[in-house]
Amino acid sequence: MTWIWATRMSGGSYYVPDQSRFPIFMAFSLFVLVMGASSTINNLDDPTSNSVYILYFGFACLFTTLFFWFRQVIKEHLAGLDSNQLKQSYVYGMAWFIFSEVMFFAAFFGALFYVRTLAVPWLAGEGEKGIGIAAVEMWQGFESTWPVIVTPDQGDGYVLAKKSMAWPGWDHALEWLPLWNTIVLLSSSVTVHFAHLGLKDGNRKKFNRFLGITVTLALIFVGLQAAEYYEAYAYYGLTLNSGIYGSTFFMLTGFHGFHVLMGGIMLAIMLARSVFAGHFEEHDHFGFEAASWYWHFVDVVWVMLFLFVYIL
Amino acid sequence: MSAVIENHHDEHHHGPAAGITRWLFTTNHKDIGTLYLWFSFAMFLIGGAMAMIIRAELFQPGMQIVEPEFYNQMITLHGLIMIFGGVMPAFVGLANWLVPMQIGAPDMALPRMNNLSFWILPFAFFILLSSLFMEGGAPNFGWTFYAPLSTTYAPPSVTFFIFSVHIMGASSIMGAINVVVTIMNMRAPGVGLMKMPLFVWSWLITAYLLIAVMPVLAGAVTMMLMDIHFGTSFFNAAGGGDPVLFQHIFWFFGHPEVYIMILPAFGIVSHIIETFSRKQLFGYSSMVWAMLSIAILSFVVWAHHMFTVGLPLAAEIFFMWATMLIAVPTGVKVFNWVATMFRGSITFETPMLFAIAFVVLFTIGGLSGLMLAIVPADFQYHDTYFVVAHFHYVLVPGAIFSIMAAVYYWIPKWTGNMYDERLGKLHFWLSFIGVNVTFFPQHFIGLAGMPRRYPDYALQFADWNMVSSVGAFLFGFSQLLFLFIVLKTVMGGKKATDQVWEGARGLEWSVASPAPYHTFSTPPKID
Repeated sequence: MTWIWATRMSGGSYYVPDQSRFPIFMAFSLFVLVMGASSTINNLDDPTSNSVYILYFGFACLFTTLFFWFRQVIKEHLAGLDSNQLKQSYVYGMAWFIFSEVMFFAAFFGALFYVRTLAVPWLAGEGEKGIGIAAVEMWQGFESTWPVIVTPDQGDGYVLAKKSMAWPGWDHALEWLPLWNTIVLLSSSVTVHFAHLGLKDGNRKKFNRFLGITVTLALIFVGLQAAEYYEAYAYYGLTLNSGIYGSTFFMLTGFHGFHVLMGGIMLAIMLARSVFAGHFEEHDHFGFEAASWYWHFVDVVWVMLFLFVYIL
Repeated sequence: MSAVIENHHDEHHHGPAAGITRWLFTTNHKDIGTLYLWFSFAMFLIGGAMAMIIRAELFQPGMQIVEPEFYNQMITLHGLIMIFGGVMPAFVGLANWLVPMQIGAPDMALPRMNNLSFWILPFAFFILLSSLFMEGGAPNFGWTFYAPLSTTYAPPSVTFFIFSVHIMGASSIMGAINVVVTIMNMRAPGVGLMKMPLFVWSWLITAYLLIAVMPVLAGAVTMMLMDIHFGTSFFNAAGGGDPVLFQHIFWFFGHPEVYIMILPAFGIVSHIIETFSRKQLFGYSSMVWAMLSIAILSFVVWAHHMFTVGLPLAAEIFFMWATMLIAVPTGVKVFNWVATMFRGSITFETPMLFAIAFVVLFTIGGLSGLMLAIVPADFQYHDTYFVVAHFHYVLVPGAIFSIMAAVYYWIPKWTGNMYDERLGKLHFWLSFIGVNVTFFPQHFIGLAGMPRRYPDYALQFADWNMVSSVGAFLFGFSQLLFLFIVLKTVMGGKKATDQVWEGARGLEWSVASPAPYHTFSTPPKID
């Protein structure tokens, strides 16, 4: 394979990779994945539908491509092909990617703030003349509360929950899973930082140990979140179908949980790279750094969730 | 790790790969730029064919050639294809070709991701177009896909639409990240921020807008998906949600989106006017600050699309004033373009004609936008053909003219051949007349009260609709001439010099024509 080299001012060089098959395979995987997802979702009511296999195939293609693509990037790095300038590209790239993720969550938080401060009170008749009036005519007796347990249509098209996930008061604080989740996730941000410090000191043992603890905490968080969902569905009757409270609750915590899972997998891969392949050096560990930024990001999102979804 | 491995020998022999794999597996910014540009041209023709169907239907009152249901699918797909498949990829293609050359970089910062950003698009649009053949037909709820039309009353193909928007968004975000990183990290030494060509500046700001709002669009379509299939009630008031919430989220994406489609045009036009006026651009730094102000203001004006949905008075007043404020930086830009031409030694080659037409016609579109920003006036204009005239004035003789201007301006650099000036001018005049005949009358029928998105209309609107349709056919078929001119230039023609244009300045004009496969493997010296 031929490499193309570009030289930069101070003797550094920028690595421009030669042709690659990975990107178009990746695009194709995404194509199969979304075709599979769309047909599966459109045929949810049809038990004879085989669309879900297209979806599985899409995932298989995606993960395979990702695996080989990342392996190639790591190999190139270990071969010394990249430069500080390329690392800087990764740094900027990851930072902007996290910014895009922030904006994705902003859409859901925006929806939450909008329904809490405007839509729900208007449905109960608050606001300027004319704004909530149609709703008041349509749904007599709807009261504006948050969490919305009784929907404007009084559960006509929705299945009303018995109870919300909101702060239960100090008496029940210790049985309240979100509090434990907060402790777990905040600690994991600290442990991942200790792992980073260990790596910077050249202390691989410390790095592996603290990263292992972080991954364990990530698993505990996902487990607790699953338990919380089980509790919500089985005992509270709180589901995606419970009106706007259930919608915002599950979508916000669900996407966050999904991001925790992704971040946890990233960290686990970094751990495996360190333990089994001896990757990462004191001054050369951007893969880990990127994963740890991502981890701090999901932590910050959780703090926002804890405040605006659970407490307030 | 940062050892210098100079390999000039390799460079000289490293041209493009042979055969189709050159295009499938390429990591070269010029190849990927070319792919983007051809793709967007194909989408422009498909979206244009849909516009022809729409104008044929509207040629006369009464139902003429298509079913109302199909008409709705046409207006929806026309909008989606022109925006996401036509204008945006064309600008990304131009960024790919030009940004590395203009800042003296060897390539885009993340070349493999660059290829991925492109190749997602054909798949995404294959999905979108295949929805035409699905049960219940293609999406029919307008390109703005307002709930509940796009949720409760949507055809089953909406699921495919949602996922195709998801991957298009991923493509845009990756493309934008690549541009930002390239500009921030890959400038040749000496290219300071305030020395960057304006096209580079315009794309830096555009990319920032893209990264900020494409995820919001992803959020909006995800909520739709959940409402349709999984029982949530984001956009259903019966469960405590609000259909108006959809409009807020959509336009929080949608308004920055319209600047995404015009900021790169600002950059292009600045270069062209400067070159053919043979003068330095008037007010470079004010151009930069104007674009930054427009970008920042674009986040706080979204509700001007929603004045008639029943917003509180305070919100209407805020969004009215914020919107009008955008006229100030835009006015600065128009002033600077005119001031650049003032006392210049102007020649009127095809790119310059398109650029001047851009300034004049975009200003008309901007002024009708200012009219629409006035809340009480908007109550009259909302959802009429006046709005259609407004946004087509900023998008067709705005964004699309700037893309055509860019193609004429840079194609000698891309192909090494000059285009046929006579045919180029003919293409310009046909387009210029066509576009005005199409869209100017729509102001009149809009003010007279003709609503948009209907396949039929009252008799009183008949004359101007017929005029508009004639203009549309003229404009539409003229674009085949554009295709011919581009193909002719690619095949051959008068050899272009390296500088191409007498007044051209900038790094891209310092390399050979056609630009070598790899430019600036060593960073250029900047004085």
